[in-house]
Amino acid sequence: MIDYIFAPFQYSFMVRALIVSVLVGVMCPVLGAYVVTRGRAFLGDALAHSVLPGMVVAFLLNISPFFAAVPAGVVIAVLMGTVSRRTGISEDTSIGIVFAGMFALGLVMLSRATNVNVNIEDLLLGQVLGVSQTDVYVSIALTVLVLVGLYAFHPQLTYTTFDQIGASVIGIKTGLIEYVLLALLALVIVIGIQAAGIVLVMAMLITPAATAYLLARRFVGMMVIGALVGATSAVVGLYLSFYADLPSGPAMALLATLIFAIAAIFKGGWRARTVIR
Amino acid sequence: MAANAGITVENITVVRGGHTALDDITFEVGGGTLMGVLGPNGAGKSSLFGAIAGTLPVARGKVTLHGLAAQRSGLAYVPQRDSINWAFPATVNDVVTMGRSWNVGWFRQPGVRDKEMVRLCLERVNLWEQRNALVTELSGGQRQRVFIARALAQEASVILLDEAFSGVDVGAQEGIVEVLRSLRDEGKIVLLATHDLTNLAKRFDSVLCINCHVCACGPPDEAFTPEVLEELYGSHGVDFDVDHFNYGRQA
Repeated sequence: MIDYIFAPFQYSFMVRALIVSVLVGVMCPVLGAYVVTRGRAFLGDALAHSVLPGMVVAFLLNISPFFAAVPAGVVIAVLMGTVSRRTGISEDTSIGIVFAGMFALGLVMLSRATNVNVNIEDLLLGQVLGVSQTDVYVSIALTVLVLVGLYAFHPQLTYTTFDQIGASVIGIKTGLIEYVLLALLALVIVIGIQAAGIVLVMAMLITPAATAYLLARRFVGMMVIGALVGATSAVVGLYLSFYADLPSGPAMALLATLIFAIAAIFKGGWRARTVIR
Repeated sequence: MAANAGITVENITVVRGGHTALDDITFEVGGGTLMGVLGPNGAGKSSLFGAIAGTLPVARGKVTLHGLAAQRSGLAYVPQRDSINWAFPATVNDVVTMGRSWNVGWFRQPGVRDKEMVRLCLERVNLWEQRNALVTELSGGQRQRVFIARALAQEASVILLDEAFSGVDVGAQEGIVEVLRSLRDEGKIVLLATHDLTNLAKRFDSVLCINCHVCACGPPDEAFTPEVLEELYGSHGVDFDVDHFNYGRQA
């Protein structure tokens, strides 16, 4: 049994994969707590799909996908808000337009880029076993950046999430805080894509956070429990990926969904009773 | 409190979504006043509060708080029930602590003085015992008291309450009014918007009746004339609401 646990880590690619899995498992639900309580799951999914062109540019330039995907994520997050404000179209629709358009652009670029050696399935579904040493360093740096950002703006972020008008009356720049949150979300999604892929990073972002919502009473507790559930799903998913030769994204997503289902069956009732609609 | 303490609203016009929500509103309210802002749904009560709080742009006119046009510190807002994100899991203590956010900059979390202030404010509204309850577990009246405590934690001199009685039973309304009166007695300005005339009769020092424009402003006895009520609610409103008003006066 012990051998099964430690054997994979004689390979350096597995050590790198473990580090990234833990980072993804922890960071996605921490940001996901905001996504879930704000009801912005669609935005999270859309952001993940929209960074594809940025990642393709990175492959073409032969640099780490982070260097192109992070600025792309932030620009797209701003673009989604801008389309909605300038056209008067609902935010939901604007997100859908930018989401589909950017994802389509990324796929077209990928089909034309003959000199890019990348497996599209890994990109869409995640392949944490393939992360490089640079990816690990960048993931750690981004994680620190996101944690510092979350700590720095915690009172403003929570106030704005709970009561946007009240926050703006008290003098919090709610528009700026919104962009800070979107930028942090873009960073976390880019970290998460390595493990769970563009299509399934959503599962790491919202499912463990939703599980935590059923188990925790307070918001900070929700972040902590979400991080535990996320890290468990990611690490166990990594083992499944290694031993059962599964793509890492689906393995992690399935585990996160399974834990959510158990929590919903045993603990969902009390939360349902406390939500005011 | 300074000699010029109070709110002065001069000829403000607010345009929202292409239509005029407020047209040429002028009134004044001095320190130590509990004022009811009355009007039917869509009369512009929330727009007026937005203009006073500085969250809505004013097309014309100006709002002066304690003699200063641009200043909005010292103003607290108790929101409508619908504008709160109830999915956010917050305890009573968490919500009142939010009132200290103006005092908490980047990279800072609430300190000992903030926590002490939160305790005092919760004791003031009789909710210290419930500090660890989720706000969603409380009754409508208790929730309003949590938001009043948050306004107190903000050390506000002006408190705006938007539809504070909606979803609150009559007994609990009395409890809220009692707290608001004690704040008034300390020299604070309390403005409470409501579409429900029955609450206004004897509870406020003065009332501002609006329906996109000012219909009346003054003590309830003088402001509620059949003409004003008709302007607010139409002829149906006169029959219905005057009865309630008289009932309130006899009570």
